[in-house]
Amino acid sequence: MADYPLSAEAIKNEFKRAGIHFVVALPDRVTSHHLLKGLMADPEFKVVQVCKEDEGISICSGLYAAGHKSVFMMQYTGFLDSINAIRGVAVEGHFPVCMVVGLLGKEPDLAPTKSEKLGVKITEPILDVLGIEHHLIERNADTQAIAPAIDKAFASSSPTAILIGREPR
Amino acid sequence: MMKRDEMLKVFARQRKDEIAVAVYTAAQEITHIAPNDLNYTFVGAMGQGSSHALGLALGRPDKKVVVFDGDGSLLMNLGSLVTIANQAPKNYVHCLCENGCYETNGSVPTPRSGQIRFADLAKTAGYKKTFEISDLAEWERELPNILKEEGPVFVTLKVEAGEAYPENFRRLYSLEHRENFRRKLASS
Repeated sequence: MADYPLSAEAIKNEFKRAGIHFVVALPDRVTSHHLLKGLMADPEFKVVQVCKEDEGISICSGLYAAGHKSVFMMQYTGFLDSINAIRGVAVEGHFPVCMVVGLLGKEPDLAPTKSEKLGVKITEPILDVLGIEHHLIERNADTQAIAPAIDKAFASSSPTAILIGREPR
Repeated sequence: MMKRDEMLKVFARQRKDEIAVAVYTAAQEITHIAPNDLNYTFVGAMGQGSSHALGLALGRPDKKVVVFDGDGSLLMNLGSLVTIANQAPKNYVHCLCENGCYETNGSVPTPRSGQIRFADLAKTAGYKKTFEISDLAEWERELPNILKEEGPVFVTLKVEAGEAYPENFRRLYSLEHRENFRRKLASS
């Protein structure tokens, strides 16, 4: 495990560094086993499970309006399924929804836009069209971008996307 | 059957310090009938009112959150009933304005219009208490009890369009009003 390139603990610590308590989530095969289950077991976090991803966009927005920071974990399929809520609530509504998106099936160390998987390939271009900043997390060194990205989202009242490029362990 | 604006007037008269989340026509109407800094109309996408309200209820467990949802809207986000029941916020009151149609979109009937017991769906999902109200006097009488109940509570309100109120979509989604809501909620 010591040589494995991406640690779930490092991501969790970034959430803590950003002051996250609420984690809204729909299980994503990339992140569920080590990261999501780890968050569920950690009393510092309150995990809110949803049945469909657009709920998560809105729950995070309600939490923000009530004075809380949160992140929303989902698979890229759920991101694609939630585009209208992301457009209407997060982008046009200026809610700082911080999406943590697992890129299931992305080839290791290959740019998502070069992926053979269509859903992975189109995720970043869609975020670009929506004007949403995104950060690819594939190695432990990348994780240090997570807390600043969350901080920036809340400071600017705009959404951000943390793309998880391989399974964190 | 109640006129929706009359139903909202009853709520306005009995309201204390509750957050009110409203969608579509109810959102337009509540800004006229029950103007209040704790009106939350920034839902942004159809079906999402109940989920915004859940975030508010979880974030401020000390404040009662009353959502005026629509039947077309809830049909678009039925899973939210399960999500809400699973979190079981004691301060959550889910009022469903059932008019049997997509009123804003040409009043086309909803699928199975008038044949679904939404309160039964909520009960099955795990809401603690459900009500079905179709009469204004009953709403006036029951509302104090509904607001005292431990949530999540679900209330089907059989309504039809009442008086027409001016629409102002910019007000509904205004960032200025959203930030004012945040400030007022933080200090209340």
